[in-house]
Amino acid sequence: MARKPQDYDDIPGTFVFDAERSRQGYGINMFCMSLMKEENRRAFKANEAEYLKKFQLSDAQRDAILKRDYNRMLELGGNIYFTAKLGATDGHSFQHLAATMTGSSQDDYAAMMLAGGRSVEGNRSKSVKDKPAAKKKAKPKSGSTAKRK
Amino acid sequence: MAKIIAGVGSSHVPAIGAALDNGKTEEPYWKRVFSGFEKSKEWMARTNPDVAIVVYNDHASAFSVDLIPTFALGCAAEFPPADEGWGPRPVPVVKGHPALAAHIAQSVILDEFDLTVVNKMEVDHGLTVAMSLLFGQPKDEWPCRVIPLAVNVVMYPPPTGHRCYMLGKAIRKAVESYPEDLNVVIFGTGGLSHQISGPRAGLINSKWDKAFLDNLSKDPKKLMRIPHIEYMREAGAEGIEMVMWLIMRGALDDKVEEVYRFYTVPASNTAVGHIILENRGKPVRKRTSAGRSRQAAAHSAVHRIAR
Repeated sequence: MARKPQDYDDIPGTFVFDAERSRQGYGINMFCMSLMKEENRRAFKANEAEYLKKFQLSDAQRDAILKRDYNRMLELGGNIYFTAKLGATDGHSFQHLAATMTGSSQDDYAAMMLAGGRSVEGNRSKSVKDKPAAKKKAKPKSGSTAKRK
Repeated sequence: MAKIIAGVGSSHVPAIGAALDNGKTEEPYWKRVFSGFEKSKEWMARTNPDVAIVVYNDHASAFSVDLIPTFALGCAAEFPPADEGWGPRPVPVVKGHPALAAHIAQSVILDEFDLTVVNKMEVDHGLTVAMSLLFGQPKDEWPCRVIPLAVNVVMYPPPTGHRCYMLGKAIRKAVESYPEDLNVVIFGTGGLSHQISGPRAGLINSKWDKAFLDNLSKDPKKLMRIPHIEYMREAGAEGIEMVMWLIMRGALDDKVEEVYRFYTVPASNTAVGHIILENRGKPVRKRTSAGRSRQAAAHSAVHRIAR
């Protein structure tokens, strides 16, 4: 059955882990959860395809795990807090994983974060030309990081 | 009578915990983050609460996808730090306050908030990082009892901002009907803007965050109406966890004193936000003279920081 369209599908570059994906991705997430144990990490690394047989996974899900296609895992119901455990099993830092999902090198990604992160401008919506949030907010206070009143 | 005297909002970025535990606090990158919490630690030491209610979320540590409770209240006597894949954080076991927690559970469930009671639970960085930022790194024990309130913000939809705010009010009512004289601080943790999943990972929206902090302080009812889609669009898919701050805010007076605020970008992939809000009423006066002088000291300290 095709996924029911949701308002948040319009957010670019984002796979919202909703109840439907939670159902669909149960096998991916429980596989990732199993990697919290050292003996399981070892068994997985020794024979990945064999280890994955213990979990209910579609061919596409299995393929995404074996290829470490993190965006595809999210699309098929994986959740980032779970798939991060697979990244850690591979010995990668979280920032490495984040960089991979954005298609940039870890250095470029880290530099982007240090420079203030990815701007929301141009990244709000797939369908609408960028515009600020619907409601006007109180004027943000300026400048310095810490203040005591 | 127990009383909620203040609310603390704080990010709970896991890399902050790792930096603390691995002695990186003096590195310039991390010093920028930790320097923003120095005054807060002093404030917390002076305020010296008996109990902290810590609203946080679990990150696939205590809860997998087998069970996804929307609100889970920790009623156990203690909560060990979870092993999140690189060994538990070297912080003390978190001691609960089972009697107050059971009282809160009973009160808020009868107030129609159907929360889950948890009698055995490990707590991950979502709780312990905010604790470390405000209480420092004590060796043997944390200086107060802790009641964890785990909120589902991992699977969409998390509870609405309105629901969170109203739960805060119900928690306050519960605390204030507890007979023992206890000073309680409530924490809202998580955020601020960040997205750590998918091709849009790395998103930060400082303007939105600052407006959030302004409204949290002055006009929280405005925040209550923010729909989930706006959190995700503006503050990132994982930024939606900011709804947890509204539980803290709901538990405070309508008008509060903002005594401290700190904001910096980034810590790892996340905007770090921190705020301290005080109720204007006086803290509980303890019956012992030692208690009285301690409270008096705490109260005057508050005025120093609020000056």
